[in-house]
Amino acid sequence: MNTAMITFNKNTVLALAKEGKRFDGRKLDEYRGPIEIESSISKSAEGSVKVRIGDTVVIAGVKLSLEKPYPDTPNQGGLMINAELTPLSSSRYEPGPPQMPAIELARVTDRGIRESHVIDTKKLCITKGEKAWFVMVDIVSVNDAGNLFDAAGLAVMAALKDTKFPVVDEEGNVNYKEHTDESLPIAKDTLSITIFRVGGNLLVDPTVEEEDACDTRLTVSSDATGVISAMQKGGEGTMTIDEVMKAVDLALDKANFLRGKLQ
Amino acid sequence: MSNIVVENRDIVIPGDLLAEGMDYIPGDFTFREDEKIFSKVLGMVSVSGRVLKVTALSGPYLPKIGDKIIAKVTDVLMSGWRVDTNTAYTAVLNVRDATTRFVRKGEDLTGILDIGDFLVCKISNVTSQNLIDVTMKEPGLKKVEGGRIMRINCNKVPRVIGKKASMIQLIKDATGVEITVGQNGLVWLRGSAEGELKAQEVVRMIEQRAHESGLTDKLSKFLGVPKREIAPDTVPEPVVEGGEQ
Amino acid sequence: MAYTERLDGRKANGLREMSGKVGVIPNADGSAEFRTGKTWAIAAVYGPREVLPRFMANPKKGFIRCQYTMMPFSGTGERIRPGRSRRAQEIAMVMDKALEPVVDLTAFPNSVVDIFVELPQTDAGTRCAAITAAAMALADAGIPMRDMVCSVSVGTVDGTVVADLTYNEEAFDGHVSDIPVAMTARNKEITLLQMDGHVKKEELKIALEMARDVMSKIFDVQKKALVAKFAEVPQ
Repeated sequence: MNTAMITFNKNTVLALAKEGKRFDGRKLDEYRGPIEIESSISKSAEGSVKVRIGDTVVIAGVKLSLEKPYPDTPNQGGLMINAELTPLSSSRYEPGPPQMPAIELARVTDRGIRESHVIDTKKLCITKGEKAWFVMVDIVSVNDAGNLFDAAGLAVMAALKDTKFPVVDEEGNVNYKEHTDESLPIAKDTLSITIFRVGGNLLVDPTVEEEDACDTRLTVSSDATGVISAMQKGGEGTMTIDEVMKAVDLALDKANFLRGKLQ
Repeated sequence: MSNIVVENRDIVIPGDLLAEGMDYIPGDFTFREDEKIFSKVLGMVSVSGRVLKVTALSGPYLPKIGDKIIAKVTDVLMSGWRVDTNTAYTAVLNVRDATTRFVRKGEDLTGILDIGDFLVCKISNVTSQNLIDVTMKEPGLKKVEGGRIMRINCNKVPRVIGKKASMIQLIKDATGVEITVGQNGLVWLRGSAEGELKAQEVVRMIEQRAHESGLTDKLSKFLGVPKREIAPDTVPEPVVEGGEQ
Repeated sequence: MAYTERLDGRKANGLREMSGKVGVIPNADGSAEFRTGKTWAIAAVYGPREVLPRFMANPKKGFIRCQYTMMPFSGTGERIRPGRSRRAQEIAMVMDKALEPVVDLTAFPNSVVDIFVELPQTDAGTRCAAITAAAMALADAGIPMRDMVCSVSVGTVDGTVVADLTYNEEAFDGHVSDIPVAMTARNKEITLLQMDGHVKKEELKIALEMARDVMSKIFDVQKKALVAKFAEVPQ
C-alpha cells in the first residue's frame, strides 16, 4: 500500500455533504479561487496556457502540422486532444503509458470541442486531398488538487485561442521558429463542466477528498447558447432523470461563469 | 584556529560551510569533512556551545521508538493489522497491543479495527531496516472517530504543539477543537465543522511560519486569545518533546 | 570565419538569464523550477516512499530515480510523441548518476526518492536545467545531501569555447560540440559529463574549466531560491 493512495476524510466529507456543507467551507456551487489563465507560456508551442483553479494547475500546448487529410474527409484538417496525468503532479499517478483516467479525460474534453465544431476544420484545408492543418492539443497536469476535468477543458479552449499559425516557406515546409498573426478559425467557446454527486448533493469544482467521496459525476460540454455537445456519466452510482436535469442546469450556469474568465 | 562562519538562526542549504577547525562538534543534519563542518539539509542553524546543528525545515519523518503517530489500517493480518504510517514504511499492530479484551482464535478482526480506520498509536519498536511495531495500549491512544485528518510537514510538529503544548491549547481555546498531533505529520482535528476549518487554517499558518520567532505570541494576538501553558504534570497525555526555542 | 560574436550577443562564458523558484508543486514533497533563457524545467520530488516493484529495493539504503520528460509541445520543431523515448530514458539514467554522489539515503533503506522533471519549453541545455532543478527540489524536500549539484552545458562553436549553448548555436553551420557538465557545488567534482560533436583536446580542457568557473552563478540561483522560501512573512 502506497501512502499516496491513502484516502483522507471520506466519512467527514460525506457527513458534511448530507447537511449541504463542504469540507473546505465553500458553497456547493462555488469554485475555488484563484481562477487564472496565463497565456503564451511556452514559445515552443503555437499556443499555450497555464490554468489554475485553486491549487490545481494544468498546462496545455498546441502544435500545428501540415498533413494529408483523411481519405473520408479530403477537404478537412483535424483536431486531436491528448492528456498526460504526470507523476510530477500527484503521487497517485505512476510513470508509464496513459492509464484509463488520462484517456477518459482526453476523450471527454476532445468530444466536447469536436462535436460543437469549435474549429471549422474545413478552413484548415489548404489543398483538397493533399494538405491540411492538423491541430494537436496536449494537456499536462502540473498539480492535481482535484477537478482536472474543468481545468483541462478551460486550458484547451484558452490554448486554442492563444494559437498562431507558424510561417510556411515557398517549398511548403513549416518554419516553427516564426509565427504569423493569424489565429485558428474558432467559432465559439465550448467548455466542459463536471458535476459531482457527494453524499446525495450535487457540487462543482471538487477537491481530491471530494472526488474520493463522490459516487457519480456528470460532465456536460456546452457553448454560450446553451447547446450541449458532449456528456459523460462517470462513477459507480446511478442517477435519476431529475438529477441529470439538475446537473445540466448547474453545468450550463457554471460554463457561463468560466467563459467569463476566458476573456 | 577554529572559526564559525554562520550565526544562530541562519538559513543554510546542503553543502554550506558552518565552521572550520576541530573545536566545533557536528550535531544533527551536519557532517565533518576534513577539518570543516557542513550542513546536510536545508535548515536553520542552531549553535549551542561547541555543538553546531541544523534544524531541518522540511524532510521525511524518521520513525522513533516512543513517538505518538497517526496511522491508517491498510490490511488485516492473521493476528493483527498492517498500518500505513505516512512514510515509506508500513507498521504492524498486533491484536494483543490493540485491545485488552479476549480475542477468540479466528475471530474477525475487522470488528475491532477495519481497513480505512485511522488510529492514534505509539511506536513500540523500530529495526535498523525501519520495520515498525505500534501499540495502542496506553492512555490517549485510540481509534480516530469523527473530525478530520490533515497532513503537515513533520518537521513543524514541535511548533504546532508548542512549548508545553501552548500552541495546541491556544488553538483549542480559539476554536473549541480537540487536536491530536502525530509525530509523523498527521494531525487529527475534532470539533464543529466551522471550528475544524478555522483550526485547520491556523495549523497551516503555523506550518508556513514555523521558522519565525515568537510565533505563539503573534498567533495569540491574531486569534485574540491569551497564551497559556499547560504544566507538564496536568497534561493527561505524555508531553511530546521539542517545542519553541 | 571564426565564431567571434555569439548569435545572442553574450560573452563566451556568459550564461543566459536564469531564475529559480522552489515549492512550485504543492502536492510534491519538494519541488522547484529553473529557467535559463527559454529552457524551462519543473522538478517534483516524491519520497522517500515504498519501492514498487518490490525486488528493486536496496535493503542497505534508499535510492533516487529520475524521470525526464519534454512536454509534447516543448520542442523546437514538430510535436514530440508522448512516451518514453530512448533519449529520455538515457537522460534519466545520467541524471541519477549526476545526483547520486551527493544524496545520503542510508537512513531510509528499502525506499525510493522519485524525481520527475517536465519541460514545458526548451532551447537546448535541457538535461542541465533538469539536473539543476532536481537538485533544488531534493533540497526543498529535505533529503539529506552532502552538497548541491549544479549543471550547465559548455561546448565549441566553430572553434570558440562557449557556455550555455542555445539551439541555434548547436545547429551552427560548422564544427560544433555540446558538452553537458554537472558538478558538486563545493569541490567542483564532475558528476555528469557527456559530449557530442567535434572537439579538440585543448578545447575540451578550456571548456571544462569554463564550466567550473561559471558553476557558482548557477549555485547562486539555487541558493537564493531555497533561502527565499523561508524569508520572514510580513505581518
